[in-house]
Amino acid sequence: ASQCCRNRKPHEEERRVRANDREYNEKFQYASNCIMTSKYNIVTFLPVNLFEQFQEVANTYFLFLLILQLIPQISSLSWFTTIVPLALVLSITAVKDATDDYFRHKSDNQVNNRQSQVLIRGLLQNEKWMNVRVGDIIKLENKQFVAADLLLLSSSEPHGLCYIETAELDGETNMKVRQSVSVTNELADQNNLASFDGEVVCEPPNNKLDRFCGTLYWRDKKYTLTNQNMLLRGCVLRNTETCYGLVIFAGPDTKLMQNSGSTKFKRTSIDRLMNTLVLWIFGFLVCMGVILAVGNAVWEREVGSLFQSYLPWDPSVDNFLFSAFLSFWSYVIILNTVVPISLYVSVEVIRLGHSYFINWDQEMFCSQCNTAAEARTTTLNEELGQVEYIFSDKTGTLTQNIMTFNKCSINGQTYGEGPDPLDFTPFNPLADPDFCFYDDTLLESVKVGDAHTHKFFRLLSLCHTVMSEEKSEGELVYKAQSPDEGALVTAARNFGFVFRSRTPGTITTTEMGRPVTYTLLAILDFNNIRKRMSVIVRDPEGRICLYCKGADTVLLERLHPCEQELMNVTSDHLHEYAADGLRTLALAYRDLSEDEWEAWSESYCCADKATSCREDRLAAAYEHIEQDMMLLGATAIEDKLQEGVPETIAVLSLANIKIWVLTGDKQETAVNIGYSCKMLTDDMPEVFIISGNTVHSVRQELRRARERMIELSRTREGGKEEGIEGWKQLQCPPPPPSNLMDNISGEFALVINGHSLAHALEADMETEFVSTACACKAVICCRVTPLQKAQVVELIKKHKKAVTLAIGDGANDVSMIKSAHIGVGISGQEGIQAVLASDYSFSQFRFLQRLLLVHGRWSYLRMCRFLCYFFYKNFAFTMVHFWFGFFCGFSAQTVYDQYFITLYNIVYTSLPVLAMGIFDQDVPDQRSLEYPKLYEPGQLNLLFNKREFFICIAQGIYTSVVLFFVPCAVLSDATQSTGEPLADYQTFAVTTATALVIVVSVQIALDTGFWTVINHVFVWGSLGSYFSIMLALHSQTLFLIFPNQFHFVGSAQSTLLQPVVWLTIALATTICIVPVLAFRFLKVDLKPQLSDTVRYTQLVRQKKHGRLGARGGSRRSGYAFAHQEGFGELITSGKNMRLSSLALASFASRHSSGWIDTLRRKKPTHVQTPPRGSVPLEGSGCCIQQPPPALCSYGNQTE
Amino acid sequence: MMASSYNAKDEDGHITVTGPGGGAVLRSKKPENTAFKQQRLPAWQPILTAGTVLPAFFIIGLLFIPIGIGLFVTSNNIKEFEIDYTGADTSSPCFNCSQNFSWNSTSPCTCTVPFYLEQPYESNVYVYYGLSNFYQNHRRYVKSRDDSQLNGNLKSLREPSKECEPYAYHNNKPIAPCGAIANSMFNDTLELFYNDPNGTSVKILLGTTGIAWWTDKHVKFGNPGGVDSNLSAVFQGAGGCWSLALSNAYKRDSTRSSSSDRLSVSGTTKPLNWRRPVYELDSDQSNNGFVNEDFIVWMRTAALPTFRKLYRIIGKSSQMVPTLPRGNYTLEVVYNYPVRSFEGRKRMILSTISWMGGKNPFLGIAYITVGSVCFFLGVVLLVIHHKCGNRNNGAEISN
Repeated sequence: ASQCCRNRKPHEEERRVRANDREYNEKFQYASNCIMTSKYNIVTFLPVNLFEQFQEVANTYFLFLLILQLIPQISSLSWFTTIVPLALVLSITAVKDATDDYFRHKSDNQVNNRQSQVLIRGLLQNEKWMNVRVGDIIKLENKQFVAADLLLLSSSEPHGLCYIETAELDGETNMKVRQSVSVTNELADQNNLASFDGEVVCEPPNNKLDRFCGTLYWRDKKYTLTNQNMLLRGCVLRNTETCYGLVIFAGPDTKLMQNSGSTKFKRTSIDRLMNTLVLWIFGFLVCMGVILAVGNAVWEREVGSLFQSYLPWDPSVDNFLFSAFLSFWSYVIILNTVVPISLYVSVEVIRLGHSYFINWDQEMFCSQCNTAAEARTTTLNEELGQVEYIFSDKTGTLTQNIMTFNKCSINGQTYGEGPDPLDFTPFNPLADPDFCFYDDTLLESVKVGDAHTHKFFRLLSLCHTVMSEEKSEGELVYKAQSPDEGALVTAARNFGFVFRSRTPGTITTTEMGRPVTYTLLAILDFNNIRKRMSVIVRDPEGRICLYCKGADTVLLERLHPCEQELMNVTSDHLHEYAADGLRTLALAYRDLSEDEWEAWSESYCCADKATSCREDRLAAAYEHIEQDMMLLGATAIEDKLQEGVPETIAVLSLANIKIWVLTGDKQETAVNIGYSCKMLTDDMPEVFIISGNTVHSVRQELRRARERMIELSRTREGGKEEGIEGWKQLQCPPPPPSNLMDNISGEFALVINGHSLAHALEADMETEFVSTACACKAVICCRVTPLQKAQVVELIKKHKKAVTLAIGDGANDVSMIKSAHIGVGISGQEGIQAVLASDYSFSQFRFLQRLLLVHGRWSYLRMCRFLCYFFYKNFAFTMVHFWFGFFCGFSAQTVYDQYFITLYNIVYTSLPVLAMGIFDQDVPDQRSLEYPKLYEPGQLNLLFNKREFFICIAQGIYTSVVLFFVPCAVLSDATQSTGEPLADYQTFAVTTATALVIVVSVQIALDTGFWTVINHVFVWGSLGSYFSIMLALHSQTLFLIFPNQFHFVGSAQSTLLQPVVWLTIALATTICIVPVLAFRFLKVDLKPQLSDTVRYTQLVRQKKHGRLGARGGSRRSGYAFAHQEGFGELITSGKNMRLSSLALASFASRHSSGWIDTLRRKKPTHVQTPPRGSVPLEGSGCCIQQPPPALCSYGNQTE
Repeated sequence: MMASSYNAKDEDGHITVTGPGGGAVLRSKKPENTAFKQQRLPAWQPILTAGTVLPAFFIIGLLFIPIGIGLFVTSNNIKEFEIDYTGADTSSPCFNCSQNFSWNSTSPCTCTVPFYLEQPYESNVYVYYGLSNFYQNHRRYVKSRDDSQLNGNLKSLREPSKECEPYAYHNNKPIAPCGAIANSMFNDTLELFYNDPNGTSVKILLGTTGIAWWTDKHVKFGNPGGVDSNLSAVFQGAGGCWSLALSNAYKRDSTRSSSSDRLSVSGTTKPLNWRRPVYELDSDQSNNGFVNEDFIVWMRTAALPTFRKLYRIIGKSSQMVPTLPRGNYTLEVVYNYPVRSFEGRKRMILSTISWMGGKNPFLGIAYITVGSVCFFLGVVLLVIHHKCGNRNNGAEISN
């Protein structure tokens, strides 16, 4: 890799490449095929990495402090108090960067040293990839990686076709076909290729994977080149023996490398808040500095100048103003610990820990597809606990994306409602045994030879882009781009129209046992706008026919006028199917005369060759021929719901998360899926449907919906009076009357159509749409394009300060996933593009509830608790210096020993708070799923916001006051029992530091809600390490080696042996902790949060059931409950049968109670409909002692 | 043109991508079922319930109040007497001394301050001098010392640390001990006389040792050249005893300083404000030089601008007689230490001692107050809890 050089050359306007002419190509200095993704080498690592790290503001700040400390007049702290933490932080990052880069080096080397066969002077030579140059001709063999972006020259396959897999490039695992320009394909063999001297003129390197635009000049002729002729680096050659390609782009210029740019960096709201707070703290720091500097000026003038006989001014600092200036910087150094360098590192560590917990979670592991959940981004975890809006794709996300051909309508006759599955084997040896259909009349109709039915299935067998693979005779495997296409072709196969194979120009089928080969004249491909696809084929008899299948709305418009009646019948069927939640397609055909075909073919060719607006012109040409078609019928495909979707949605909406489904499906299907997955319920007073076609009508509909909502919620409010009476008994005020849109409790649903949505997203309608839609509990947008999906997400991000989550599985969800705060990819059926773009991925929609309600909630809670405590402990630590300033002449003397200042943040107090940030739990995971309301504090941002921050700061400052003034008051007059005064500086320092460490340890003990072994080890370990390190630093041994570094010799022993010191520490600790304790107790006692109540419940349960059933939800077998030995020996020995039978009885009862418990706990997650009782509780924060809805049903079921 | 895009998917719908981390192997990726990874570590989950918090308050209250009373009583039993001899007032006997004094005056100024002890002082009595408005905790002051020199390092004796500036060198000779702290050492001499009712004045014996920390005296401070060396020779760096001192010094310091050092050692000079060099602080060899306890006590800087330092100990002579009987006393001060320039104050304090040290009423009062507040809080919380708390909500939910 060292041979790689990255000399930047001037911007490339166009690229000229002449085959087999290295000299010519070298003039342009194109990049070689050597890639270098690594950033450093051994020599440059240190400087470059340090340079990068110091681009971080925090690091620069600490470097600046370090420089300040080297100035003797300013240096209030030794240099090591800053350099040790800084070095620690820098080296942790550097080690991480170095490991990352090492792996990049390894993969670079491996890739650069891959062998490829290059045609040099007519001979094939093995060359390393990195030595391949632009203009070389490379020979590729099957299953080889493509070494660079190549122009396909020739292939061993007929028609110059070759097949590639692009998984590494775009994540799509389907096979794609590429074709060479026919003139070069004729070159075929090596000798001809060696003398090939065509020149390619093409676009400069870019990152567009699906576009290439160039021209080949050869023998005075021009040939247009498109992406269809290109083999891109990163692809794998498949099903192709060999092929030759001309290197166009190499190394860093390839589309693969051009695409590997940095991804958009997402920040969480906590991150943003943290940055603001850090800025505020800086401001605070400057204020403190200014106050103390002013103090210094006054002191030096009033006192210091008189005190000069004992303490003269430095010769360089001869007046009080300059002294004050220096003292400002000295105090900036001392007080810098209010913004500890370890903050950002600790936050990252905690998030990393949470990400690992997500990856490790067994409950989010799908055993069918062997996929565990994956946190692909480690920086967003706590935002998972604040989600308010979920935007979900339907297909593949809510549904399994396994399609089954369920019903069809042929010529006005509907099929598919039968009692038993059909057996196709006697009729058709080629049938797919897995295929099920429930109506034998259709099979009869095929057997009878009904023309329409035959035509119907012929269409299905011809009009598609499925590839077949016939491993042995009759063993067909279809590879379809979308699963419903596969289902349709499979259906045709079973009904006797078997698609066997295709070439670019032909399709071979077996129709009712008779092989037929059709000439494929054209494929009018599917896209999102057209929503249909057609093929034009010529059958063996020479008749030309266009077969078309597509969305009903599109297709029905293009039928022959005489089809009206059939259309109406079929339309009804389509509605019926859609109402059943089935995906529908309409099928039509058109017979073409030779003349028509000729005429169209010409216009098509013309459009195809066009260089400008090619797409549009092609679409127009397609449009032209897809007219006056004859309706054949319609198909209905069932899209099965994923496991647990309704339950998940029910739980999520109980958690006050609004779920929007954005789907490309038609309205009826979408609404139906909405009902079947419990997004829409019959309890809803109204489901508003917005389907207007004009701006005006959409606006009207939105307004009407809003008025109706207000009206309905008023009447409900009235109806609730009785309920309020009931509440008054519980001493709880009724919720304030709501008349604003924001306060409407969202029991409404909104369904909006794609074209209405387009209007609703216009600038002047935005707010209206948002206010209507956000008042609804469920919103379904149907027929939306991928772009609209992203627009909707952006809209909510813009108008609501809410955290959005987008979940999807397909390429059409990528834009939505990228624009939402959190993107979740379902690693399911439709390739992995969504996963690659996502922040989290798993394979089942139902894992979303665990991700949000358990992991997200915990992450948020932990992060908030961590931040609160972190700011608290640093203020408590630092502000002591501020108070001391008033007693030491504002001279920036520190209160503590320098080693204590160095180690406080990185040793004495780092681990307990990290342990809390990583392991803390307020309620067990099962409970947070049972009581989804527990999720609310995160959405309302209650646990860490500016208010909470100020409370922490105030608490920290209070603690610092106590920590300074209590020792100050006690020690000023106190003496040791031997008479020596205790008011010396070192004793004071040790006392304050010890009190500080103890107070913050007690505080973390109070904050920690979940004491695992690790917490114990860290908390006690930190205290232990404090005492042992202090005793070591104050020991004689160290002093005798470095007498000038360890001034505190003997202080620890002498101080800690004094009872007065311990009494002081105890006093200070009590004064610091008691108010906190009282305050927290009052909060829990008078205004318990739901989590407090649940915790309390847990405690009560534990006491009731003993320790055994306590850990909820762990589904262990009965034996697992008995951690002691079994009773086998006791029974067989027959020693004391009475005792053993007694023991057995208790064993059994324990067992059963545990089992019942498990069952009881499981039940509420299966509650399908949220009970009506949940309504009055919405948004009424004060009445939490009223059991939340899930609890009601829980109680009802168990009693 | 996507006309020819074909799907090649695994039959089970499982898709693996060969990432940079290597190929995907078809083994179960099921996460391990360990308590740690599944976040099911057994844990203690404390809750702030009335059952735990309220007793805690009462216990704190019941614990603190007796301790506080004990401390208060103990503190009250300690006798302490304080006298300000700064001489700021014209009426004060030391007024003249304080007015006339400067560091340069050669003749010592002496003043006598009479005082009356109303109670007899049993057991050992500790004599302190106290200074006010004296910023021993100023940053520049605190660091102006060379612990290595004070520890007896010959190299530091010769080349004091630059922290000592501007008290590191005088007339090109290194100052021993260097630094602002040493330079400003308190040098008043205090003597106590008991005026017997029968008219005779008895000088009270003041013990000069045992006033410094053990570690300071034996570890932190050390004379150059070892315990038994000739101090004046070491500090003067000349004379007939030079070789002896050096050889002793060499023995002691052979691990720290190279042998070439000894040839270049020249004499040191006393701190500017001092009247006597450091090796003449006491006639007793074990209390002389850097290990002089008065010096050590001064070098242990105070945390606050008003402080006291132990000066002398009056040992109890016999069981029968109080150490200081009640009656008239005279404090005789050799007034060497000027404090009026910065409005400082000088005090002499006599105090007895208990297990918890000297008189310290604050601690006892603070304990009593905090204890009562806790107890009171406990009561208030109990009432609040009883009246308005939701004690049973949890239990209701659980059924």
